[in-house]
Amino acid sequence: MPESSLILNALGIQRALTRIAHEITERNETTTDVVLVGIPRGGVPLAEQLGKILSGIVNQAIPVGSLDVNMHRDDLDQRAAPKIYPTQIPFDVNGKTVVLVDDVLFSGRTIRAAMDALNDFGRPRKIQLAVLVDRGHRELPIKADFVGKNQPTSPTEKVQVRLGEPGSEDQVILHRP
Amino acid sequence: MSWNRKHLLDIESLSADEIITVLDTAKAFKAVGERAIKKVPALRGRTVVNLFVEPSTRTRISFELAQQRLSADIVNFTAEASSLKKGETLKDTAKNLEALNADFIVIRHSAAGAPHFLSRVLNAHVINAGDGAHEHPTQALLDAFTIRERTGKIAGLNVTILGDILFSRVARSNIWALTKLGAKVTLCGPSTLVPRTFEAMGCRVTHDVDEALREADIIHLLRIQHERQRKTMFPSIGEYTTLYGLTKARFAKVRPNALIMHPGPINRGVEIDNEVADCARSLILEQVTNGLAVRMAVMFLINGGKGPQEIAVV
Repeated sequence: MPESSLILNALGIQRALTRIAHEITERNETTTDVVLVGIPRGGVPLAEQLGKILSGIVNQAIPVGSLDVNMHRDDLDQRAAPKIYPTQIPFDVNGKTVVLVDDVLFSGRTIRAAMDALNDFGRPRKIQLAVLVDRGHRELPIKADFVGKNQPTSPTEKVQVRLGEPGSEDQVILHRP
Repeated sequence: MSWNRKHLLDIESLSADEIITVLDTAKAFKAVGERAIKKVPALRGRTVVNLFVEPSTRTRISFELAQQRLSADIVNFTAEASSLKKGETLKDTAKNLEALNADFIVIRHSAAGAPHFLSRVLNAHVINAGDGAHEHPTQALLDAFTIRERTGKIAGLNVTILGDILFSRVARSNIWALTKLGAKVTLCGPSTLVPRTFEAMGCRVTHDVDEALREADIIHLLRIQHERQRKTMFPSIGEYTTLYGLTKARFAKVRPNALIMHPGPINRGVEIDNEVADCARSLILEQVTNGLAVRMAVMFLINGGKGPQEIAVV
């Protein structure tokens, strides 16, 4: 019997992002070098929201970009070609602390591809990872630095993040098949 | 988003949606070409054979560079230096290449239908890089990409294709692509090279060049393909230029924002005047740049064409 349950509502997402923003300032004493890079699709609106909150806290504009990782995936020949989203990194990543932002952390393969893709743009001083939901089941030695919510799941379940969609409240839902 | 094809054989069988998917994907690959590091690992470990049975320079170089930028391993094969000269059939040549575990075969052949034939006898992905006078799908895709990039749309535009239509695979692929995307296509040239039978493909045929150019938003010129003509289809090159060449005088009378395209190689002074070929409204070199991005996109999409699987929710 398929069922869905709410993991985070709009307020919960907002609180999680605010906490992550504070954790980023705690971890990085000088935020002048911090840039946010969202991974399409889910990570991009998240990075934009996080960027706004973070800019408010540190009183300076934090640059936000987006990075499509699909050309760097390791499973390209095993499925239909993915849709490619625009990559926009209108700043130099060399020497910066790049915080990758994604909505759900699962196998870790997207993040591996993202680190690979980021290399094409330069050599950041540090790469950190912020995710809204960590659902477990890692297939690679990858761990998030900043997590909105740890949510144990079974591999067959799906985590759906709705953010900034017209006509829908921001929320995170767990679907059981 | 819809792409689950194993091969790219022609434009005729593609839907408008599939064409748009290629154009959208190519946009991302064009951005890759503008980065400091122009290479992505999408085709790493895949072997591509460029089987150019008919000579080609620009298409082969464009495909080869596209493959290199996707990190594929490449084997180039030309008819002059091969066992095709010793009497081996195309099927045997291709089977041999597949026995070496080639994943992709990019084929250019003087016989229409050669890529379709290979796609039936091989397991590898087949890409048509021009087959006889039939189709040249990647050229039509890059032309559509160039038009869309410059004008923001294709639907509703008046596109005039001028020149040797009869022997042109570029014209056929372009007619399919542009009409599917909603452009109004007019064909023009000497009546021997632009027969009325093309009206069946959904375009207008005229032999009055001034009328064909008057309302055109895009003027697509084609080269006279002497190599495909068994006998001369018009009295002389000089007469062709006089009657159908895009001369300075003729160009002065077209719409002020009309753009010029040409698949190359251009014959200056024959189908196009020097000044016109080099003016700011000529997209000829943009077509070359975009060709690279479009070919990267095609290979990327075909590589993943393993059926309409839902992309895993991560």
